[in-house]
Amino acid sequence: MIRFILGKLLYLVPTFVGITIIAFGFVRILPGDPVLLMAGERGISPERHAALSAQLGFDQPIWLQYLQFLGRLFHGDLGNSLVTKKPVMAEFLTLFPATVELGLVAIIIATAIGVPVGVLAAIKRGSWFDQVSMTAALVGFSMPIFWWGLLLIIFFSGILGWTPVSGRISLIYFFPDVTGFMLIDSIISGQKGAFTSALSHLILPSVVLATIPLAVIARQTRSAMLEVMGEDYVRTARAKGMPPSRVVGVHALRNAMIPVITTIGLQIGVLMAGAILTETIFSWPGIGKWMIDSISRRDYPVVQSGLLLIAGLVMLVNLLVDLTYGLINPRIRHK
Amino acid sequence: MSDATVKLSDAAIRRQMLADFWFYFRQNRGAVVGMWVFLALVLIAVFAQVVAPHDPTAQFRDALLVPPIWQEGGKSGFLLGTDAVGRNMLSRLIYGAQYSLFIGVVVVAIALIGGIFVGLLAGFFGGWVDTVIMRVMDVILAFPSLLLALVLVAVLGPGLTNAMIAIAIVYQPHFARLTRAAVMGEKEREYVTAARVAGAGTMRLMFKTILPNCLAPLIVQATLSFSSAVLDSAALGFLGMGAQPPSSEWGTMLAEAREFILRAWWVVTLPGLAILISVLAINLMGDGLRDALDPKLKRS
Repeated sequence: MIRFILGKLLYLVPTFVGITIIAFGFVRILPGDPVLLMAGERGISPERHAALSAQLGFDQPIWLQYLQFLGRLFHGDLGNSLVTKKPVMAEFLTLFPATVELGLVAIIIATAIGVPVGVLAAIKRGSWFDQVSMTAALVGFSMPIFWWGLLLIIFFSGILGWTPVSGRISLIYFFPDVTGFMLIDSIISGQKGAFTSALSHLILPSVVLATIPLAVIARQTRSAMLEVMGEDYVRTARAKGMPPSRVVGVHALRNAMIPVITTIGLQIGVLMAGAILTETIFSWPGIGKWMIDSISRRDYPVVQSGLLLIAGLVMLVNLLVDLTYGLINPRIRHK
Repeated sequence: MSDATVKLSDAAIRRQMLADFWFYFRQNRGAVVGMWVFLALVLIAVFAQVVAPHDPTAQFRDALLVPPIWQEGGKSGFLLGTDAVGRNMLSRLIYGAQYSLFIGVVVVAIALIGGIFVGLLAGFFGGWVDTVIMRVMDVILAFPSLLLALVLVAVLGPGLTNAMIAIAIVYQPHFARLTRAAVMGEKEREYVTAARVAGAGTMRLMFKTILPNCLAPLIVQATLSFSSAVLDSAALGFLGMGAQPPSSEWGTMLAEAREFILRAWWVVTLPGLAILISVLAINLMGDGLRDALDPKLKRS
């Protein structure tokens, strides 16, 4: 098992190096001089330009600059935002919990609905439930989620007036940031109505973000179940008179879950892309909105580091999925 | 008696393959529906000038935010109403189909050609060529596709062409991986050895002998990428990084309509519905193609 983990880790090194090269190169291939870009519209004198270039290390050879970039990276120093002047890492850490909370709730919704629907559709293959749920899954899979979010706002916020349109919690509540998760912090604070307010802000964005993963998980669970149900050991279990619930629940489901777990893990990248759109629509103060705002403000240090952090995160989650996969399925570990 | 062997001409074999394909494709009712909807979209896009009642950018200043005709206040001549500057929604939606299909075709063409070329190289030559190419593909795949496309567009500058290039770059690794896997499966087969022994050159082996036998998974992936390209380009347009106003790309239309979300439902609902219907039709078709082209599923 340790060899398996080490092998996976080693495999990631070149990919991570590639990610850092892309993030580093991103500012370089931009048209224009980075110092001039930082100076903005005020302009800059030639002396100041030379001094700044030296200070930022732009006068050194490119490979040395890259190594210095890597060195700072390993010390957690990602530079400062051009707009707020605050360290990028600090900004990331403040906004990150909001995205994690949204993403976690979304993936819980997607799994809690997607897996049972997929299993039921597979057991009742060809029934009306199978047909309706799989049609719905294909619609969900084809959904432009930025439009879906707007529709939900029109209906639930505009017509019914049930949910707020944007933000994480109503402005009348204020409490210390303990975990960064609004749902948990609002309970800790003990303020009446705070939790309900946080929940009502969270529900629409998380449903929107859950839509595509939900569809993918339902479809994947169905096809994995169908495949497993045709296996010899399932037929054997049936033939020896085991109750159907046990055949499905123990023999089939456990084996069908292996590809489903991979699918759930692979949704992290999808979630990050979805977070950009969802957070923009609902003005959710997370890293998706932060990235979009920084791109439109041309705040390059933030874009560069955000790219790096998000790709690193996706890579890490994929590694965890791979390891879990090896843990449940010994055949993979010993290949 | 003459000889008993039946000699089939190439054309006859091809006809038989097409008939087989159609037989399996037709089994999937959704796929057939999807195909008809898609064909209708293509026709609408091609004949947009004939079908659309007005020019998509013509502004009718006396008819701002007119609701669809069946609603109170609707005006004849504006079947689906008008937007905030009095442009005919139906015309804009019809011309929008041109954008979506054009984007899909261009993105898939670039990604497919690039991916096949790179994947063939990696799969055929193996060794360090394979390692280097596949590591680069892994790096591209490590980024969430929409995020990478957004940053690429930020580098290249917002606009339709750059959005298409960015999306194609992001999709290309999928084709490269599929091609590589298929080539590695095929290249040790007898018919390839036979062709090699018969004196076929590297280029001929790669493109004429092996490639045609790797096409099935690529066709399925191409359909999937087509629908994702329509979705992602609309998302880029919605975020202001794709096609720029006043073009009637559906995502861009949605972005312009956002502020009227609670006042005029039609300017928000209709462009999104158009995106959903086209993406859904293409995905339905993709499911049918996969069933018809995947020999593993065929037998079951």
